[in-house]
Amino acid sequence: MYTGQSVKRVDALDKVTGRTRYTDDLCDRKAYIARVLHSTVANGKVLSFDLSEAEKVPGVVKILTCFDLKEKHYFPTAGHPWSTDPSHQDVADRLVLTDRVRFYGDDIAAVVAEDEVAAAQALRLIRVEYEEYPFVLDVQKAMEDGAPQLHENYPNNILKHTTIRQGDYEKAVQEPGLVKVEGWYETPVVQHCHIENFICFAEKEGDRINVVTSTQIPHIVRRIVGQALGIDWGLIRVVKPYIGGGFGNKQDVLYEPLCAWLCLQVGGHLVKLDVPREETFVCNRTRHSIRNHIISWVRPDGTYAARKLEAFSDQGAYASHGHSICAKGAGAFPQLYPCPNVEVDAYTVFTNKPVAGAMRGYGIPQAMWAVESHTEDVAAAIGADPLAFRRQNLMPVGYVDGFSKNENYYDSFNQCLEKAMKAIDYERKEKEYRNQTGDIRRGIGMAVFWYNTAVWPISLESTSCRMVLNQDGSFQLQMGETEIGQGADTAFAQMAADVVGVPVDRVHVVSCQDTDVAPFGTSAYASRQTYIAGFSIRQTGLMLKEKILDYAHELTRMPVFNLDIREGNIVRTTDGRVMMTLGELATEALYSLTDSRHITAESTYQVKSNAYSFGCTIAEVEVDIPMCRAKLLNVVNCHDAGKLINPALAEAQVHGGMSMGIGFGMSEKLLFDEKTGRPLNNNLLDYKLSTFLDHPTLQAEFVENPEPTSAFGTKGLGEPPACSVAPAIRNAIFHATGVGLRDAPANPHNLFKAFKEAGII
Amino acid sequence: MYDIKALYEAASVEDAIRLLQEHPEAQIIAGGSDVLVQIREGKRAGAELVSIYGIDVMRGVTYDGEDAIRIGSLTSFSHIAASPIIREKIPVLGEAVSLVGGPQIRNIGTIGGNTCNGVTSADSASTLFAWDAIAELTGPEGIRRVPIAEFYIKAGKVDLRPAELQTAIIIPKKAYEGYHGNYIKYAMREAMDIATLGCSVNVLLAEDKQTIRDVRIAYGVAGPIPMRAPSAEAAAKGRPAARETVDAFARAVLEDIHPRDSWRAAKAFREHIAVEMARRALTKSIELAGGEIRE
Repeated sequence: MYTGQSVKRVDALDKVTGRTRYTDDLCDRKAYIARVLHSTVANGKVLSFDLSEAEKVPGVVKILTCFDLKEKHYFPTAGHPWSTDPSHQDVADRLVLTDRVRFYGDDIAAVVAEDEVAAAQALRLIRVEYEEYPFVLDVQKAMEDGAPQLHENYPNNILKHTTIRQGDYEKAVQEPGLVKVEGWYETPVVQHCHIENFICFAEKEGDRINVVTSTQIPHIVRRIVGQALGIDWGLIRVVKPYIGGGFGNKQDVLYEPLCAWLCLQVGGHLVKLDVPREETFVCNRTRHSIRNHIISWVRPDGTYAARKLEAFSDQGAYASHGHSICAKGAGAFPQLYPCPNVEVDAYTVFTNKPVAGAMRGYGIPQAMWAVESHTEDVAAAIGADPLAFRRQNLMPVGYVDGFSKNENYYDSFNQCLEKAMKAIDYERKEKEYRNQTGDIRRGIGMAVFWYNTAVWPISLESTSCRMVLNQDGSFQLQMGETEIGQGADTAFAQMAADVVGVPVDRVHVVSCQDTDVAPFGTSAYASRQTYIAGFSIRQTGLMLKEKILDYAHELTRMPVFNLDIREGNIVRTTDGRVMMTLGELATEALYSLTDSRHITAESTYQVKSNAYSFGCTIAEVEVDIPMCRAKLLNVVNCHDAGKLINPALAEAQVHGGMSMGIGFGMSEKLLFDEKTGRPLNNNLLDYKLSTFLDHPTLQAEFVENPEPTSAFGTKGLGEPPACSVAPAIRNAIFHATGVGLRDAPANPHNLFKAFKEAGII
Repeated sequence: MYDIKALYEAASVEDAIRLLQEHPEAQIIAGGSDVLVQIREGKRAGAELVSIYGIDVMRGVTYDGEDAIRIGSLTSFSHIAASPIIREKIPVLGEAVSLVGGPQIRNIGTIGGNTCNGVTSADSASTLFAWDAIAELTGPEGIRRVPIAEFYIKAGKVDLRPAELQTAIIIPKKAYEGYHGNYIKYAMREAMDIATLGCSVNVLLAEDKQTIRDVRIAYGVAGPIPMRAPSAEAAAKGRPAARETVDAFARAVLEDIHPRDSWRAAKAFREHIAVEMARRALTKSIELAGGEIRE
């Protein structure tokens, strides 16, 4: 069995030696360089351009503006599976270039030049005349009557409003003796900050356009480039090489449509669009800032009588993933701590800010900031122990969600909490840190998280796999699911090796997805790939095995039911005799003059299940009160992600997610100028991505309850590690100081304000 | 790809002066950790550059004739931090420059570049202010020596005349002998950051270690250029090494500093931490000098 073992990554050697080729490494040097001109007003209309000076720059090939867009093909950008039902399709509100600008940074023109210097010089020389409109940056102000409207058909800028109603909230709050706890909890706009900025290049070949891009979702890119250009999807070929991270930003179609369009405007010549970091912050996608308002009515015995959540999600200027993010967090609210009387109102609202899309956690980091901060506040309000209070109210074993049919099969929450508490010595520290005085105090705090793997039943879950047997008994494995640094290829190889019965090094994963030849799949998002791909790998592997054993029967005359493939050999199961190697069989099969077969297998599996993936974080901090800063001393995550396919890679995945949680909880926030809407800190100096020195040792623990619905007992682990870190840190600061933060991150600015308000400085 | 019009590499200080005279519009480049960033941002795009990076005589930390410490302007931050002279006489300067950026920046960045930039946040600058450093400037007319506080004119502007370059930073013996200091960098993360506020303090205690004979304090980011806090110094000079003195010293800082209210940090926040930093840096300096704070 290779699953369950920490086998070496299939791409390890290439990556550590620098042989791995990323998008930029693949681009021919003859490429024209494209740069995008962005609007410098937050809301308005482009009236005209003066290109006269820019066009004089030597090396400029062509400057295209929004007015050169003759056919307006509006397209959606979210990396969701397409829906053939128009009512479930994503909002198509983007053009490759726009004259109606809706945020400071909107795409209004592009320079195509022979080199980067010429492109940058021309960009600086373009003059633009705008008609400026009033703009709005605050999510709730955007909902007010009379607020500047971003899009037609969305009154009060509300992209979508959904509700959940359970029981009778209004009646339930009448119960005598209830304690009302109310709080506002807000998360900032943050950005993914993957190490490889978005980059793509496009070139015409015959009647078709080849697009090579740093994406998580090649098949979706193909569809959307087709939609954006108004041409048949089969005319687009998308190639996805190795990528330097995506974290959801590249689960959106970014500049592939523009790059393909620019290529067509310069005669199909190769055009490369490499986005600088400053533009990555503003002109790709961000994480939705969500302002949450929670009211809980709790009995003195610690049970909930009624609860209410209002969530206001800041979409920025265009729909992208839209309400899916806020809705996911809102959906978690009544499930994590079930209560008979619940009201939820979730709003996703346009503002004149950069476009928010998918980012690791997909609404859950924001929801957990609110819910787990509030849980701590409620426990404090009724004098309950926060651990005991959680245990009393958390989703019980056997809970089934009516919509997704997800079931809480095991006592994952308590098992994870136990393991995390032991790892960090929680109980001793929790007691020791009570009632401290002095300038420097320590605290320890926890948060749990709710997450569900994959997107069924909201969207399609489909996975396809192809296996092609080689003469030596090894085989190529091709998937629609993508390697984006997380180790997917390695996990796929392990699963395939187990199903077919070969050593793992006999599985050659074709890492690159080329939409002309790769099986269809909707790819990397929703922590879905290991869970989902497992179905098609298992199904296809069994098909391949059946074909191999059928041929083995021809060669050995042994009944198929007495044959098996073990470690790359055809074995007679009755006595364990090796009849031949798989290589011998495969060579004979291919070159036989009597019965030649090319043994391959390919299949699609539509998955109609989904799995909860739960866990927790415990964080220990030291707070320097006069200096208004918190230092993270220790942090542990514990996850029940089912059976781990590769424990070392699982641990790495948790470390990465925790690191993102630390930045989200302690330092990161994208800022905007109130007067102009201009982004202020869209670079890696002023945007405080946390560094190695801001991290303590990251501890990852696991509980491995096998997931009953899964092909390999496993479930989502990509996003869960980022979901509960920030509120655990916030709650540790609360434990240390008695001050509970309203807004993430727990940076010195927010701590200064909170400590001032609390009167402790 | 950088938008650079021309690059002239100087072989000596004289050569650099000649190149600067021949190309009066040219920008001096040393390690490039600021200039190249500015070119990429478009601020200095298309610039002519005179590189002084190859002038090895401008590197190293030595004693000059009168036991003054001479730091060649091209000395990198990592070389300053590793210098036995700095470690013995002004360890706080080594500590301060070890807080610049990350290891790569400290290997390429120079103290000359850090000060000639004229920015208030430079980690070396507040410590140089607090140690009465002198900038040695070499130009067509010869050598000038200017106190660091006069070298800074305004934000982004230093006292460099046409075709002149800074060749060394000098710290006289009387400025360092017997002094012990501490630098606190307040930044939003532990590395790869510029100071929200920097505070450098040093003290000279009397022989009995009970009295503060002299104290100097300088800030970065408390105003448009690095600055001393004379009211604070006056409040502690000649006073006993006691909690009361430290508190008076820290409070007096607010009479001297005038930090900006900006999106990087609110004025009220900067003022709040400035007081706390003064308190801590003085306390630490007294301890380093062998004193003890009496409650």
